[in-house]
Amino acid sequence: MIFTLKIWRQKNASDNGGLVTYKVDDISPDSSFFEMLDSLNQQLIARGEDPVAFDHDCREGICGTCSLYINGRPHGPLKGTTTCQLHMRSFRNGETIFVEPWRCGAFPVVKDLIVDRSAFDRIIQAGGYVSVNSGGIPDANTLPVPKPAADAAFDAAACIGCGACVASCPNASAMLFVAAKVSHLALLPQGRVEAERRVQNMVATMDSLGFGGCSNTYACEAECPKEITIANIARMNREFLAAKLFAEKEKQVSFSL
Amino acid sequence: MINLNAGSPRVPLAEQWSSYKAGCKLVNPNNKRKLDIIVVGTGLAGASAAATLGQLGYNVKSFCYQDTPRRAHSIAAQGGINAAKNYQNDGDNIFRLFYDTIKGGDYRARESNVYRLASISPDIIDLCVAQGVPFAREYGGLLANRSFGGTQVSRTFYARGQTGQQLLIGAYSALSRQIAEGTVRLYNRRDVLDIVVIDGKARGIIARNLVTGEIERHSAHAVVLASGGYGNVFYLSTNAMGSNVTPAWSAYKKGALFANPCFTQIHPTCIPVHGEFQSKLTLMSESLRNDGRIWVPAEKADAEKLRKREITPEQVHESKRDYYLERRYPAFGNLVPRDVASRAAKERCDAGYGVGSTGLAVYLDFGDAIKRLGVEAISARYGNLFQMYEQITADNPYKTPMMIYPAVHYTMGGLWVDYELMTNVPGLFAIGECNFSDHGANRLGASALMQGLADGYFVLPYTISGYLSNEIHTPQIQTTLPEFHTAVREVGDRLAKLKNTGGKQSVDHFHKQLGKIMWEYCGMSRNEAGLQTAIGLISDLKEEFASDVRIPGGLKEYNPELEKAWRVQDFIELGDLMVRDALQRKESCGGHFREEYQTSDGEALRNDDGFSFVGAWEYKGGSAPELHKEELRFEAVKPSQRSYK
Ligand SMILES: Cc1cc2nc3c(=O)[nH]c(=O)nc-3n(C[C@H](O)[C@H](O)[C@H](O)COP(=O)(O)OP(=O)(O)OC[C@H]3O[C@@H](n4cnc5c(N)ncnc54)[C@H](O)[C@@H]3O)c2cc1C
Ligand code: SF4
Ligand code: FES
Repeated sequence: MIFTLKIWRQKNASDNGGLVTYKVDDISPDSSFFEMLDSLNQQLIARGEDPVAFDHDCREGICGTCSLYINGRPHGPLKGTTTCQLHMRSFRNGETIFVEPWRCGAFPVVKDLIVDRSAFDRIIQAGGYVSVNSGGIPDANTLPVPKPAADAAFDAAACIGCGACVASCPNASAMLFVAAKVSHLALLPQGRVEAERRVQNMVATMDSLGFGGCSNTYACEAECPKEITIANIARMNREFLAAKLFAEKEKQVSFSL
Repeated sequence: MINLNAGSPRVPLAEQWSSYKAGCKLVNPNNKRKLDIIVVGTGLAGASAAATLGQLGYNVKSFCYQDTPRRAHSIAAQGGINAAKNYQNDGDNIFRLFYDTIKGGDYRARESNVYRLASISPDIIDLCVAQGVPFAREYGGLLANRSFGGTQVSRTFYARGQTGQQLLIGAYSALSRQIAEGTVRLYNRRDVLDIVVIDGKARGIIARNLVTGEIERHSAHAVVLASGGYGNVFYLSTNAMGSNVTPAWSAYKKGALFANPCFTQIHPTCIPVHGEFQSKLTLMSESLRNDGRIWVPAEKADAEKLRKREITPEQVHESKRDYYLERRYPAFGNLVPRDVASRAAKERCDAGYGVGSTGLAVYLDFGDAIKRLGVEAISARYGNLFQMYEQITADNPYKTPMMIYPAVHYTMGGLWVDYELMTNVPGLFAIGECNFSDHGANRLGASALMQGLADGYFVLPYTISGYLSNEIHTPQIQTTLPEFHTAVREVGDRLAKLKNTGGKQSVDHFHKQLGKIMWEYCGMSRNEAGLQTAIGLISDLKEEFASDVRIPGGLKEYNPELEKAWRVQDFIELGDLMVRDALQRKESCGGHFREEYQTSDGEALRNDDGFSFVGAWEYKGGSAPELHKEELRFEAVKPSQRSYK
């Protein structure tokens, strides 16, 4: 197969960058999208040019390292699929393919197609955990968890932190990512203990990092490669409201004491 | 000769760990704050260690090459994690898990470490559940288990097909909590390229900032390596693209011994290689062997037609199929351990019965299971795996058998460590897949996750305090010391040399060549002549690399080719050591199959009189490495021939 590629090239964070056109041929339909880029890079190296930098690691859809808008869509054309799991047979022979990095203020470009997503780490650091230490823990089966709750928690915990939700959102909102973590822990008794504090701190941190607000376009759900549902956002909103009420009640209690 | 003393407590096996803990020296909280610890790696081993050491109050610096700790290769583990909880009341206990691990490892692991691992395993599950890891549960709300990798008990805990992901998110969240509290400082997108040793003790590392290209010095009172396995020496493997041996290799070059490098695990159920452009291999979970039947045609003519796509597998009549695992191993059938299943597939393909366009594939057939249980039941069990398979191959496993072939998956060898998980370099510890300690010559399924978390959450935090209790009077290590200067200079020189080679071939070209040599001569089966050939080929490749590699881009910028070049150069050297180790080990055991040492019916022939030892190699600069031996003593179990017939 042959393809024309229009790829975003940008030397570093301060460079302006722009689209550059390349051609690749002799691409097997069985090769993955990244194997196609590998073969472009081998060409570039042979010609003495700088290869295209892109983020990838597991190449099996689980680590969340890969990203890319492919023809304007985060992770390309297939539903529930990361860029690294795309194969060239999903494209038309001779097609022109646009390849660009995530674009949003909170994820600045590092080089070419690589962006900095450390804002996600900071949101998790604000409360995306259960505060337990590695010791003195009761037996795992002392606290039964209803299977439906455990399954729902798993569905939310399947988020790979790729950032496609932010990239697909017209407001660059991180609501789906944050909601997935809040839901994962709120659904389990182990996570309930700190639920109020967690949702407040994580939302406040998200707001402070330059992500936009949610205006219910549902683009995030459509593009999330792990099919995290917007039901999680509704759950987070409930948690957030409840936490506020709870905080006010706490205040009243301390006043009346 | 270096004296390889594991230093296991001299009390009966079952009492060793409690006796160790009772006598272990502690560091008081005021002093902990003044002690720096570097942890290289944020996989299950590194993240769990850094988080726990942070909780204890040490000053921890955590390093990974990815953009965030949560992406470490551990994320990709699918099947599950073992623990001797006996929740299923099927007769499991600590001794049985210990025994299975020693036997599975073909009696080439150290009893004391393995027993401790088994005894700690239940605590791991308790902690992970408390962190919010959503393990599979029964309708009654209690934890579910499955049997994995042919064990007779159900002791494997799992989170669908994403156990590694969920465990790593647990460890990552614990780490994030410590980062927020300020006890751990994260250095992401850093490539750790050298270990700094001062007065015989590990005191720091040299790292390259992958974004800016800057060479950084970091000092500490102790250095912990948790940098994962070296399967990518084969170029194609199930490991993440960036997995590498570099931190462990630099430790080796600074005097740490590298143990059993030739012990690698080839996983039987992976998607076969389909072309020269291929960059990595994908594992299909071992659980598929619970219901799938493995076969090749019984007649070569049929195999030939299948390869040319003149017939489909459905057209091969039942009587003309060879279910070779069921034939050779009636007792275990399709559930024989990984090394046995892999070798049997190779044997059939080498004999000319392989299928697929390359002839290097066998069928994993669900036809009978679907007839017996129905499509729905099979889809409930394996739906996501079938989908993944179809996405990659464009074949539908509900309709036509899957094609699979063995692929490199895990490395049992690694840095030699003692009972305290310390290498022979004082202050340098190694945990997780990068050490050699618990799996002998073959690892059982679902045991790597267990080991990584046992090391990080529960073992190292104790054993490192024994070492650090003698360091409380050592002030912060200055990075202006001459040893740091020298190390920075050496790293800078090597990078510049790589960059300025000005050759014609890309790094990948060399990596692929290396992979082919290793797979051909030091893969699933090995022999004297082949290994000798490999030594020559690797030495040629090393020279060619040094003169003909081409690295575009600059030193002081994001430069993925430069990163890869350093790693591949280390892999080439490691390849040589693996081959030497395979030559030296004149027996077959676990994943190491020497063709000269097999029984008349083709089974591995172990030699306990000659080779019941850990082979640990010492770096000798320009001359050949020197082998040291740690004799293995079996007191609790008696080595016997593994039989799955
Ligand atoms: C596809 C697959 C499925 C598996 N399934 C299972 C399973 O079901 N059950 C099981 O028990 N085991 C399984 N395993 C094995 C298991 O996943 C690994 O052995 C284990 O996760 C290794 O953990 P680790 O913490 O030692 O290393 P890793 O998770 O590999 O982490 C290595 C860390 O070191 C860092 N690092 C490496 N090099 C450098 C460097 N030069 N500079 C800086 N940092 C560096 C990386 O950034 C990373 O953070 C599987 C393996 C694979 C490949
Ligand atoms: S919610 Fe989906 S799109 Fe967003 S980071 Fe998680 S996996 Fe990616
Ligand atoms: S590279 Fe890991 S998810 Fe795509």
